[in-house]
Amino acid sequence: MLILAFRRFLSMALIMAIVSFTLFAIFESDKLAVAGKVLGPYSNTEQRELWLEQNGYNEPFLERYVTWVGNALTGDFGYSIQYKSPVSDVLWPRLGNTAILAGLYMLFMIPLSLTLGVIAGMKEGSIQDRVVSVGSVLTTSVPEFASATFFSAIFVFWLGWLPGTSAMTSGFSWAEIFLPVFVLVMYGFGYTTRMTRASMAEVMTSHYIRTAVLKGIPYRRVIMKHALRNALIAPFTVIILQLNWLLSGVIVVEVFFAYKGFGKLLLDAALFGDIFVIEACTLVAVFVAVFSQFISDIGYTLLNPRIRFT
Amino acid sequence: MEEQTPILECRNLCISYDTRGGEIPAVIDFNMKVMPGQGVGIVGESGCGKSTVALAIMQYLGSNGYIKSGEIFFHGRDMRTMSEEELRALRGSKIAMIYQEPMASLNPSMKIGDQLAEVPLFHEDVTINEAKARALELLEAVKLPDPKRIMESYPHQISGGQQQRVVIAMALLSKPDLLLLDEPTTALDVTVERGIVELVKEISAEFGTAMIYISHNLGLILDTCDRVTVMYSGEAVEDGTVNEVFDAMCHPYTSGLFASIPLPGADKNERPLVPIPGQLPLPHQRPQGCFFGPRCAFFKAGTCDQEKVRMRSVPEEEGHTVRCARFEDIDWSEGDHEAVTVKSVKSGKVVLDVRNMKKYYEIRSSSILAMIRGDAVKTVKANENINFNAREAETVAIVGESGCGKSTFAKVLMGLEEATDGQVVLNGEDLAHVSVQNRKARTVGHLQMVFQNPFDTLNPSHSVGSQIARVIRKFGVEKDPNKVREKVNELLDLVKLPRDFAHRRPRQLSGGQKQRIGIASAYAGGPAVVVADEPVSALDVSVQAAVTGLLTEIQNDLRSTLLFISHDLSVVRYLSDRVVVMYLGHIVEQGTTDEVFSPPYHPYTEALLSAVPIADTSVEQKQIILKGDIPSAVNPPPGCPFQTRCPRKIGSICETEEPPVKEFEPGHQIACHLDEDVFSSMEPVIVTHEEEKIA
Amino acid sequence: MTTEIQSNDTSPSAISKMFKSIGLLRESPIAIFGLSLILFWVILAILAPILPLYDPNAPLEPFKAPLADARDGGLYWLGTDHKGRDILSRVSFGAQQVLVWATTATAVAYIVGMLMGVVAGYLGGWWDEIISFISNVLLSFPVIVLYIIIITYLGATGFNIVLAVTFASAPGIMRIVRGLVLDLRTRDYIFAAQTRGESSLYIMLVELLPNARGPLIVDACLRLGYTTITIAMLGYLGLGLPPPQPTGAKMNAETQPLGSFAGHMAVVPAAAISSLVLGFNLLADGLREISMKD
Repeated sequence: MLILAFRRFLSMALIMAIVSFTLFAIFESDKLAVAGKVLGPYSNTEQRELWLEQNGYNEPFLERYVTWVGNALTGDFGYSIQYKSPVSDVLWPRLGNTAILAGLYMLFMIPLSLTLGVIAGMKEGSIQDRVVSVGSVLTTSVPEFASATFFSAIFVFWLGWLPGTSAMTSGFSWAEIFLPVFVLVMYGFGYTTRMTRASMAEVMTSHYIRTAVLKGIPYRRVIMKHALRNALIAPFTVIILQLNWLLSGVIVVEVFFAYKGFGKLLLDAALFGDIFVIEACTLVAVFVAVFSQFISDIGYTLLNPRIRFT
Repeated sequence: MEEQTPILECRNLCISYDTRGGEIPAVIDFNMKVMPGQGVGIVGESGCGKSTVALAIMQYLGSNGYIKSGEIFFHGRDMRTMSEEELRALRGSKIAMIYQEPMASLNPSMKIGDQLAEVPLFHEDVTINEAKARALELLEAVKLPDPKRIMESYPHQISGGQQQRVVIAMALLSKPDLLLLDEPTTALDVTVERGIVELVKEISAEFGTAMIYISHNLGLILDTCDRVTVMYSGEAVEDGTVNEVFDAMCHPYTSGLFASIPLPGADKNERPLVPIPGQLPLPHQRPQGCFFGPRCAFFKAGTCDQEKVRMRSVPEEEGHTVRCARFEDIDWSEGDHEAVTVKSVKSGKVVLDVRNMKKYYEIRSSSILAMIRGDAVKTVKANENINFNAREAETVAIVGESGCGKSTFAKVLMGLEEATDGQVVLNGEDLAHVSVQNRKARTVGHLQMVFQNPFDTLNPSHSVGSQIARVIRKFGVEKDPNKVREKVNELLDLVKLPRDFAHRRPRQLSGGQKQRIGIASAYAGGPAVVVADEPVSALDVSVQAAVTGLLTEIQNDLRSTLLFISHDLSVVRYLSDRVVVMYLGHIVEQGTTDEVFSPPYHPYTEALLSAVPIADTSVEQKQIILKGDIPSAVNPPPGCPFQTRCPRKIGSICETEEPPVKEFEPGHQIACHLDEDVFSSMEPVIVTHEEEKIA
Repeated sequence: MTTEIQSNDTSPSAISKMFKSIGLLRESPIAIFGLSLILFWVILAILAPILPLYDPNAPLEPFKAPLADARDGGLYWLGTDHKGRDILSRVSFGAQQVLVWATTATAVAYIVGMLMGVVAGYLGGWWDEIISFISNVLLSFPVIVLYIIIITYLGATGFNIVLAVTFASAPGIMRIVRGLVLDLRTRDYIFAAQTRGESSLYIMLVELLPNARGPLIVDACLRLGYTTITIAMLGYLGLGLPPPQPTGAKMNAETQPLGSFAGHMAVVPAAAISSLVLGFNLLADGLREISMKD
């Protein structure tokens, strides 16, 4: 078990190294372009050369990369061109805000989709199965920017119950966070629900469920003790890996509702050409993704005795 | 006996499934009585409805199956009127079931002890500790080694045979009145199967449990049951005591079934194999009148194709019933099915010579611990010193159970794997180190293979004709499209299939037909040697005989050599001239068929022979039950590979030294430490009592 | 060497086979409904240039409600947007853009992913190690980050969107194909092909891939839906095709920050995209249902 964790950890480190190197090569191998971005389009070549000299850009490429990684590891991501402040000053608060958004999403999405999926998968082809299946196809077909539009139209402009933006200018507000989370849940729960349903349905037709039923133990126990554990292994991995896809939705929602989060920071930086922010955000995003993969692998092994003891 | 209430009685039971194509009757008009302590067998080929009967008794037919009419009485109460709660109380406690695939039947993520303890926990008023104690007791009763460890194990951590013992323990935990066994040993090796069957017999005697034993294997039914019901296409066609049905069968299907299975005790010339022509009708294509009519040698238009045939009693044999309109009038000698040709040609020069062939695999353990210890690379000796040869027009059988190395051997032969050492000489050319890519097209065409699983041998995406055509072109037999088409037709003729099958897709073919196409492809390049890897083991018995017959017939005509890989000694006795017995990568015995089937034996051959289920009441088999399971090829035991299970083990020499190869007759070799006098005093395992047969 | 096996006797029945598979769809009303939704948009997209529509980029009259009369005597079926452009026309041409690029991008991603998957699954060994590792690296990027990097670095053109979708989807497709191939390669017909000395290329293309098509068709439908969402979303975020191209979501984005929320301007394109994606998802669902029954 520890060995497995160690191996996974090594491959995680290797992936991070490759990603960071690629990233650095893409954005900083052309030194003059970097200086151009920092100093603006109207700077001349001499100014740029000077800036490069001052900021240690005339070292060999590999050396620069090592320094850059070292700085990043200690939390120094450079200086934001757009915000005129250290990247980390902007990054961490934004990441915190997004963590709140993502946390709330998970909090509602996981119980909802697991329950619906299990209910649907218990009896394949039943009414509840049909309703859940059709419902989840419908909601996964409406992308976040569309559902944000629809729900804003209903709750903000028609009913007037909720605010249309979530800038949180006067501190955290439940009313402002409701719509962003709601939009994310509406789009996201369908996928996990369908996964859970398929997994549950497969388990219910398995021979060991037949054994359990024909052993004469109560149906409730068959479901709770025999079916659930096996049926939830697959959705577990999916839920964790969803972090990877969640970011797209998060960006859309943050942009739509003007929520000051990590996604909006990344997008603004990309549109502005704020390379140090892009680099920092990408590193953080990839780290979160790789780490969630790590957790998912370990969790899968723990949940599945067939892999745990071999 | 008569005044007792039966434990279970099915009356006029009809079971149907609802499908897209409408209602499909799976079981029609089924009657059965099971008395206390009695063992009742249900025998039939796949699709005959035997498993459906078992699931109907458990009232577990799935969402689209239902009992259309008729009753099932358990202790005199109609189970169909019971509530869900009453059924639950019966299941697992009064009626228990043992399943075909033990691995799939156990929950993979729950410890075995917990799965077992559930039974008493929910049927009796016991604490969890008492339940666990009972579970442990039963694990001992089913003779599992180290039951305490098994209680704490997960199902995947124990072997298939052990899993089935766990399932049996689970079924017996609450001392049921009735035990349903649905093909309980089909997934297991013969020597392991023998152990399970003995256990089942012991238990039913000890607990007085009534049993319904469902199997396609007549030999196992003979071994375990008092009565037997033969099913065909959803109907019971014959019902009676085992002796009545086995020795004085009245239904042409029963008789056909017996004629089509090889018996290892019988001489092949005296009792030739007779296949049943045609195939089982699909439920919606069942004929008018007798369902067996179209395949029956005694079919009489006007009698057999009119109204539904009823079960009738055989005169003077109370309880023996038959579903045949004219069984009284049948003259058994006039059945006109063609018997399988028995081999008649003389073998010629040596075609294939395997000398000291070795195949080792290296498996790398990926764990860091193993890397640190330096034992990351383990050697699996899949084949060790294989020595034998095969002559022109000869059939050599390679016999062994799982893990014996026969598949690896086939791979080396075909050039998919390179031999680690030694020679494989085909017509004077050493192929041991030549991969198939580097062999000449002619050579490849001269060494071909027929595969085990008919559902897998043909690519479902391409038509039958195009697949055969590809083989013809690939072997360089013909190039011109018209000639290729001509050759495809010739090959279809050869395997006795209609020429328009060339345009069919594999899924439109039955298992037997697919296997015929497989044979046609193998013979496309005019092969010198054909390797047949269990070519009939996945087919129904009545089809097996026909395919086996076809294989021998073609081989006789073309004088090719056949290497017949099999675990089934009965078929081997019929087909082969010589036999090679393998165990864990070693050849333990080889010789002519008669030599191998009579003493002296290698102890493993002896055990194998005693394990084959034989469907013949006049045959007596010596009882040799091997303990334990076949060891893994990754960790083979030192010394003699068979020493861990050998009932004739003589001592430490077996554990330390590899046994010497002893030659008894020229060509009859046994690798064993046993003394000459032990060999010479061995008795035959299979004995036929001729007198009883006549009486 | 490659596909001669099929030409032998299957070609005459190719057309009848196509009809048969369309006939199969009849067994699933869901698939029929999904297909109709898709066909509706496909037809609209094809007909857009010949229908009597306004120029999608011409400023006519701003803020017209649906079914409002136009100055020139015509009708704004779905109204106009804040710049006075006809929404129906913009939706129709937008559908054209989205369909063309989503299909191209998915197809390219599929070709790359399938080749990677079949090589990794069948040849195994180092091939598998390397391809799987590359996929893992690519999969460790959140997809949106991958898009943002590729598009900010290379610019927003149709070709780059295809490239971005390929980078983001091919590893996933590769995993599915690899899994299918690992299962299929143990079949006896593959063994048979090996024993008659077929080349690996032949086995991969002729013996393996055709048998993996069932699950892949379903997956391709789902992916088409997802790629549609992606292209629309990139448009929404301002990373999509340059402004004159009216992808549905771009319209949505342009109208949304206006504060005065003119409902129809944002809702219509959002509904258009959603219905197209719904079509793909339902078709996939229906196809899966049909394949399960067989």
